[in-house]
Amino acid sequence: MIPRILAVLAALTLGMAALAEEMKMAVTTSFENSGLADVLLPAIKEDLGLDVQLLVVGTGQALRLGQAGDVDAILVHSRAAEEAFLVEGYGTHRREIMYNDFVLIGPAADPAGIAEAGSAIDALRRIGTAEPAFVSRGDDSGTHKKERALWAEAGLSPDTFGAWYREVGAGMGASLNTAAGLDAYILADRASWLNFGNKGGLALLYAGDPALFNQYAFLAVNPERHPHVRNDLAVQLENWLTGPRAAELINGYTINGETLFIFNAKSQ
Amino acid sequence: MNDIYDGLVSAFWLVVTLDADLLEISLRSLQVSLSALVIASAIALPLGTFLAIRRFRYRRLTISVLNALMGLPPVVVGLIVYILLSRSGPFGVLGLLFTPTAMIIAQVIIITPLIASITHQAMRELWAEYHDLLISLNTSGWQRIKTLIWDGRRNLLTASLAGFGRGIGEVGAIMIVGGNIDNATRVLTTAIALETGKGDFALALALGFVLIALAIGINISIHWLSRTEREGRW
Amino acid sequence: MSTILPLTMTNVAVRRRGKRLLGPVDLEVGGLGLTIIIGPNGSGKTTLLRAMHGVERLSAGAVRWSVSEEEARHRQAYVFQTPIMLRRSVADNLRYPLQLLGAPRAEVSRRVNDWLARIGLEERASLQATRLSGGEKQRLAVARALIRRPDVLFLDEPCANLDGASTRAIEALLRTALDEKTRIIMTTHDLGQARRLASDAIFMLHGMVHETGAAERFFGTPRTDELQAFFRGDIIA
Repeated sequence: MIPRILAVLAALTLGMAALAEEMKMAVTTSFENSGLADVLLPAIKEDLGLDVQLLVVGTGQALRLGQAGDVDAILVHSRAAEEAFLVEGYGTHRREIMYNDFVLIGPAADPAGIAEAGSAIDALRRIGTAEPAFVSRGDDSGTHKKERALWAEAGLSPDTFGAWYREVGAGMGASLNTAAGLDAYILADRASWLNFGNKGGLALLYAGDPALFNQYAFLAVNPERHPHVRNDLAVQLENWLTGPRAAELINGYTINGETLFIFNAKSQ
Repeated sequence: MNDIYDGLVSAFWLVVTLDADLLEISLRSLQVSLSALVIASAIALPLGTFLAIRRFRYRRLTISVLNALMGLPPVVVGLIVYILLSRSGPFGVLGLLFTPTAMIIAQVIIITPLIASITHQAMRELWAEYHDLLISLNTSGWQRIKTLIWDGRRNLLTASLAGFGRGIGEVGAIMIVGGNIDNATRVLTTAIALETGKGDFALALALGFVLIALAIGINISIHWLSRTEREGRW
Repeated sequence: MSTILPLTMTNVAVRRRGKRLLGPVDLEVGGLGLTIIIGPNGSGKTTLLRAMHGVERLSAGAVRWSVSEEEARHRQAYVFQTPIMLRRSVADNLRYPLQLLGAPRAEVSRRVNDWLARIGLEERASLQATRLSGGEKQRLAVARALIRRPDVLFLDEPCANLDGASTRAIEALLRTALDEKTRIIMTTHDLGQARRLASDAIFMLHGMVHETGAAERFFGTPRTDELQAFFRGDIIA
């Protein structure tokens, strides 16, 4: 009996080794949920022969992974945190790639009336006044940081809010699930919203204010700090991401006919 | 209810069309959990047996600790393994974080106490039965352990399968140490978490059904493999 | 081949939770033959047997053989009142004591087959031992004890709960073992069996050796009142 079981186990446990060049990149959930990665990664593999392994985490954890040297590069969207990352010497430089935008989602009936708001700040003030259920990522992600920044601009502090303001400490998808369950307002990136399959009674209520634009940037982890990182591969990837093929794919990516990302990398 | 029905239908189609991603993810789930099972069993079976037959000073304490470890929250195990394996952690030079090996390590830590504890229970009973004979035959400690493991192998199989079930169904720890990287460390449970996150409940459920089917299938086939040897008592 | 006998017990006592189960006992067993230990329930027969075999923790005294303890342990065997069957096949049960010694494979098979024939279980060699009947289990247990050709064989009530045919089978096995110069020490409740088999006997009472003697004298003219009463079937307080 035992040899037979061992033989079966051995057959199953034999590794599945892939022998292409590999690098790890931490990206935000909103980027992964957009589905853009499914378009870009095969093209990268085709052009560079490079397997980019994505670690899908919040911006906070992505930066931590870069600091610890557990990834070779990061692609995130939180400018202040990225600059702090560079100042501390964890990255070589920051390269802007593209942007998308955040949208305010809420119950289709819109009890706070944000659909008529004049600006993103005005929309948040209306929510702060009406106090309908509001779901916050609460996970120190780029989206969360953006939301905190918008509240601050509106002159409001979530720390003083009542029970209607719920920090769920989860990724974009899980937070949207929660919002759908609670019929709550939520700030989401457009891509995640469009790709989200469980919309329930939610609708897109407010978008378009440039204050809601969401800049993605690429940062290679500093090889002087972590000699083992594949900086050579990170540089290749950066060149590709800022090149014409990436521009075409990014600008051409749509969901339900809507463009999600605008390529805005400057050639060096 | 509609979601469950859609999930069943999607699961059916994923399986009959032998979806390539599904196959890869399922195989990786098996690879990780079976490897963890083999390693954990190699540690836990002799350990549990040893605890059943040997009296030593801190035996009670060891057993209590073992039983407590059975309830270890996988997320905490994941976090600790993550910190240890991170490039800036003590074992960072090995470069194991976000690899299947890291997932195996985490699962070994999670399921070893479970297997050892069930083994201990089963072996205690068998040892009570065999005690006088094995003492009389003047067996060495190692011979006793071997005898009990061999004659108690059906119970131990049950213990191992319990460990396997816990391993393959686990998500908290392997999500953290594996990173759920597509084509590298994505397994059934992390894929389910991902699809749930995307709000694609049908696909998530489909993967869930595949996971359940896989767990049942492995249980049945291992029992079958071990029974062809001889009609015995269970 | 030299034997591990004589067995010498000096001042042996066994106490558990403040209660004296055995002793003090001074006893020497040597030569050949079969020693029967009889006595009322709770008189310490089993404890004495286990103490001789070295599986009972002694509170005082010592049990010595003519060879080192380690060597003596390998050259004796014990059959328990309730046969302990390993959860494996009949043949594997017989094989087990030889495997422990690391005996050569061919030798092991030869002896296992020999003993399967002797106890009439050839046809059931691959059956799970736990499925045997009570008599078959006890025969297998005796065979498993004898397969190492021990110098000394201990048996604790080997025929309790067995029918006449099974008892005869066991006794036949023991006679063969005696012919092959195995020294046997056993307890029994069955005075008929005691008379049939004994070459000498020990009468236990209240944890002490009360009377010993060669079989003929012991059963013919018991010296103590208690042994006479025991033979009459009286209850001895």
